[in-house]
Parts: sequence; structure tokens; C-alpha cells
Amino acid sequence: MSGLMKVSSNPHIRAAITTNKIMLSVIIALLPTTIFGVVNFGTNALILVLATVASAVLAEWCFCKICKKKSTIGDLSAVVTGLLLALNLPPSAPWWIAVIGGVFAIVVVKMLFGGLGQNFMNPALGARCFLLISFTSIMTNFDCDAYTGATPLAVLKEGGAVNVYDMVIGKTAGTIGETSMVAIVLGACFLIILGVIDLRIPGTYIVSFVIFLVLFSGKGLDFHYISANLAGGGLMLGAFFMATDYVTRPITKKGQYVFGILLGVLTGIFRVFGASAEGVSYAIIIGNLLVPLIEKITYPKAFGRGGEKS
Amino acid sequence: MAGKLTFSGGIHPYDGKDISKDKPIKDVLPKGDLVYPLSQHIGAPATPIVKKGDRVLVGQKIAEAGGFVSAPIYATVSGTVKAIEPRRVVVGDNVNSIIVENDGQYEEVDFGPCKPLEQHTKEEIIKKIQEAGVVGMGGAGFPTHVKLSPKEPDKIDYVIVNCAECEPYLTSDYRRMIEEPERVIGGLKCSLALFDNAKGILAVEDNKPDCIAKFKELLKDEDRIMVKALKTKYPQGAERQLIYASTGRAINSDMLPSDAGCVVNNVDTVCAIYGAVLENRPLMYRIVTVTGDAIADPRNFRVRIGTNYHELIEEAGGFKQEPAKIVSGGPMMGFGIFDLDVPTTKTASALLCLTKDDVSACEPSACINCGMCVEVCPGRVVPSRLGKVAERGDKEAFVAMNGMECCECGCCSFICPAKRPLTQQIKSMRKMVLEDRRKKK
Repeated sequence: MSGLMKVSSNPHIRAAITTNKIMLSVIIALLPTTIFGVVNFGTNALILVLATVASAVLAEWCFCKICKKKSTIGDLSAVVTGLLLALNLPPSAPWWIAVIGGVFAIVVVKMLFGGLGQNFMNPALGARCFLLISFTSIMTNFDCDAYTGATPLAVLKEGGAVNVYDMVIGKTAGTIGETSMVAIVLGACFLIILGVIDLRIPGTYIVSFVIFLVLFSGKGLDFHYISANLAGGGLMLGAFFMATDYVTRPITKKGQYVFGILLGVLTGIFRVFGASAEGVSYAIIIGNLLVPLIEKITYPKAFGRGGEKS
Repeated sequence: MAGKLTFSGGIHPYDGKDISKDKPIKDVLPKGDLVYPLSQHIGAPATPIVKKGDRVLVGQKIAEAGGFVSAPIYATVSGTVKAIEPRRVVVGDNVNSIIVENDGQYEEVDFGPCKPLEQHTKEEIIKKIQEAGVVGMGGAGFPTHVKLSPKEPDKIDYVIVNCAECEPYLTSDYRRMIEEPERVIGGLKCSLALFDNAKGILAVEDNKPDCIAKFKELLKDEDRIMVKALKTKYPQGAERQLIYASTGRAINSDMLPSDAGCVVNNVDTVCAIYGAVLENRPLMYRIVTVTGDAIADPRNFRVRIGTNYHELIEEAGGFKQEPAKIVSGGPMMGFGIFDLDVPTTKTASALLCLTKDDVSACEPSACINCGMCVEVCPGRVVPSRLGKVAERGDKEAFVAMNGMECCECGCCSFICPAKRPLTQQIKSMRKMVLEDRRKKK
């Protein structure tokens, strides 16, 4: 041994978990949904997935280059954003929609606000809403080779009948990744087992949404209606993969419960009273915007000041 | 009111105790000079009462306590005082120290006649502990006689021995409990003699079932002392968490354990109390675990205070691999040291030599708000937010966000997937705030 040793502040050991590993596990968890979407909807879905992921990653790389910053694409968060955006696109959308969306999500929603960890809104959802407003007809056209006609929720809203079994499996019209409840829950279980996400937000979201439906939909305890509402639209994808986005959800435990309830109520309002059959994206975005407020009122009490039991 | 045997938050790091836990405590005889820093405790530095050229004996007082919150220092070898000059200590500062040249004779002073505990008055017990220079040997170094003299001794309900040893790699307390459980219990009885209404608690983590069994057997006819098997989790041995887990009482950073009717002492400290009260022997030794994957033969040593760290490494067979980092203490709360040429002090529990330096291997990246630091924080604060406030140097916001409630246990930095130095940021901020508060007084 020679010379002086390295010193640093405690602790001198670190856990093995890294940001990169977390992102990778989210990507893996999204694979069942992605594969199901591609198999269900065909080649164009695959093109859209590749286009959003590639454009998102490339946009982040270019942005870092232009700003003369070290590239951050290695953390894989751009891949997650791209993938989530693709899962929120209609399967028949043209490729350039995917590219515009990917670039918007990364550059406008994420990088301009300071990059990973600084964005106040889920980038994929921000981009989806941007596309929905800018290209409404494309974004709401769910006709494709496999299915024609409206999404089950739209049918339901018009008073039509839907097959809940098909909805749970995912054999219905909809965006690439929102249709299969089975595939989404499978991926979510993987993340829950790994401890990457927990049930606090998805659980309170779903439960409060169901309670809202029972109270305000005018249909009461209609099992068929409730299960169709749970399986349909982006609720499952939103609850497990987008509402749980670390950056844009409250960091405090209590805040996460409040956030989940808020999302459930907002989604209920949009779906029951709104003009559109959907409402998950907007509910989560509004929820994202309220996070600073939620955190302010739910800042935890410290140990020895009443917080020891939490 | 019973504790839940655990607390919320905490982590389960690799514990590394297997490499040294079965190695019996071995005595180490110092070869080189012994260095006694005059500040080995919290409070005023001790004042030297010897001068250069004086001959000293084992157990001879060489420095007097510098006040009530202070502790005297004793020679641990016989020999000649070589110098009184600043020497480097573990934390990197130069501290005024007495240097004694060891003559290898180990000639002891006469410690006087011993008497059983029952024949001591309370004042005598405290006086003996104070005179013996006993301080908190878990790491803080707070003078023990001060801890044992709360304002209202009748309101103390529990005297707790911190047998958790929750820091990874450390096995010195474990060896003590296995080899000398009678001394641990004896030392606790000495402290219990001071508090008429108190019960004794031996708080042991449940990863040491052999210690728990041994204590229970020795205490089967004793109704004033109970053994609590706490859940194994870091930082179970942090004072506030330990009190909560064993009694259900919670204190914050503005309170002392005595505010919750508790007194907490570490295993080694309790053994030192035993020596002070029942054997009239001052604090001269401590148990040090020399361990880590860079050490050839990891061991537990009974070390004379003042012994150079180099000698401990040699005793443990030297390095089998080049160490990347050397820590005095455990990996979670110990001090990284840049030079081994420092003395063993009253508060040194371990010398940990790691071949891999996790800290320099990890590059901090952006906080992704994952909340893992919040999940593991035993102080129930929000470390990531405190880190951000600390970056801005905003002391007011730091205090408003409960920053002062941090116990610097290191869980947040450990768990952070973005490898952010949260503990460091919060620690420096706390230091600055405490500094301001001192100035205002």
C-alpha cells in the first residue's frame, strides 16, 4: 500500500440497484403488452413502436449534443418514454405521427424542463395529448386490418353491448397497448414482485374509480358495466405504468394515496360526464400538475414528531 | 408499553459478519509508540497531567477531564512520555496528543481494593465511572457519567444495552456477548443500581440467536432485566430507533433518551462500566474488529487504546489484496481514512478494509424521484428533497423540511439508484445549521 487512500463521506457501500436497471425492468414489463399489440394489430403497430422508440432516443441524443451535455440515453428512460407513447397510439396511425410524438415527448416535455427527473408531466402522455389535439382525426381513428368501428368504451357510452371477455384478453379496437388487460397486469406483476412499483397508486386509483362509477354512473352495482370500464380504455395501462411514473407522482406515501384517489375521481368524471369515452390520459396529466400541491400538504412528519408509526 | 421490536424504514445490506464472527478475541500487545489524543470524546478536551520525560505505568492517569462533559485518559502501557504534540486522528484532524514510548514491561499501578456492587452508593458508582474515563464506545464518545446523571433519575424506566450491532462487518460486540456475557450483565446491573425504578433491557438483533439464548439462560432468575430480540435491520442500533423498537417510545432530535425515560449504552461501554465499578480499572482497552475482503486474516482484537492502526493490520496478517478503501468503523457510518498512521481511540469499533470502493465506482446521476430514500429513511424525512435544498444552501427550508431530524445513518445514499450522495449533502447542511445555532447562543 502506498500513498494516501481514497476517502468519502459515509456510507461506504452502495446497493446494486441503478436507474438503468429500473428502466430496463420497466421495458421488460412492457414487453408482453407490446408483443400482444403487435401480434393483434399487425405490422404497422411494430413500425410505430420502432419509430417512437428510435425518435425518442435520437431526440434525446441530439438534444444533449446540441446543449454540449453528456448523453443521457444510457439511462434507458427515453426508451421507456418511446415505448409508452407507442402503446398509446392507434394501430393504424402513420409513422410520422410516431416520430412527431417521440420528439415532442423528449424535447418539449422532458429535456426543455431539465431532463430526467425534472419534467412535471409524464412525457409519453404529454405527447399523446399533444397529438390528440393536433391530429384529432388520426388519433381517434381506431379502424385497422383487424378491427373496424368504435372502441368498446365508445360503444358502451352509446348504450351498445360489449364482450367483456374479449376486452380482458384484448381482442378489441383501441390503441396498441391499452387493449389487453391480461398482458398489462402480467407486466405489472413483474414490476411489483421486483419492488419497482407498488400497489399504492394503482390500487387507490382503481378502487376509487369503481366507487365513483357505482355512485355516479347511474348504473349502480352493474358488474358488467364496471368490468367493461376497468378493462376498457387506457385504465390498466395508465394505472400501472403511467400513474406510477416516479418523476411525476408524489414522493410521499400519503401523497400517493391522494394522487390515486384524485386520478380515480377525475377519470370517472371524464368518462361518465365527459363528451369522450376516454379520460385516463387527461386525468393523469391533471394529476401530474397537482403533484407539487399534493406533496406540500402531505409532507411527512419526522420520527419522534408523530411520524414514527408510518 | 412494549416496543414493536422494529421501526419503519431501514435497509438490509450485505452483512459481511461471517468472515470474523467466529474468531475469538485476541489480545494485541503494542510494539511502537502509543498515541493518546486528548479529544476522544464529545466535550472539552482532557488536560495533560504528565510532561515529557515522565515515566508512566499501565492504568496511570495521564490527562485530567477538562470539565464535567469530558473524560480523563489513562496510559495503557508502561514507559516514558515522549512528547505532547498534535497528531493525526481518524477523522483527519490533528489533535493534541500524549505520546508514550512503550518499555514493554506492562507495569501496572495498584488499582486498590475492590468491593461488591451492593456496598457502593450511587454517587460512588457515578464517580468511579467518571474517574475511569468511560465514554460511549459505540462511536459517539459521549461521556457515560453524564448520560447516567439525568435530571430526574427516578423517571428513568429503562436502562438499555445496545447489543444490536447493526453495522455490517462488525463483530466486536458479538464476540463480547459470546465470550463475556457476565460482564455485559454485570455492567448493566451497575447502571441499574443508579435508577431505582428502571428495568434493564438487553436489546439484541435476532441475527445473534446464540447471544440471546446465552443472555436468557444467565438471566432466568432475574426479573429486573429482560432480553429483547429485535428484528435484524440497519440501523436498528441507532439510538432513537433502538429506544422505539424496544420500548415503543419515540424521541426527536431535540430530545434526549432520558426525556423518554431511557438510558442507552453500548455493549463495550457497559463492559467498561463493569471494569470501572467492580474492578477499579479505568478504560484502557476496547474490542476492534479488523476485517474486510482485503484483510488476510480478519479478527477481533482486544486493543490497548493508543495502539497504531498499522499494527492492527499487521496482527491480522496484513493485506491479501490491495485495499481500495479503509474505513474506521462500519461501512455505513464509519470514517474513510486516508492514512493508517492513526491511533486506536475509545470510539474505534472496527478497521474495515475493502477491495472495492463503491463510492468512487458510482457516478451520481439525476434524481428520478423514485422515493426509495423516503421508504428507507428511519427518520421519516424526504432525503431527496433535503439533498436538493442542500444544493441550494437554503438553511431555512432545510430546517422547515425536518432536515435536523436526520441521524446520518446513510440508508438514503446506500439505496439511491441514481447514486446521489444524499447523506453527505444532508450531513454538511446539518453541520452548518448547528454551527449557526452555536454562534447565536
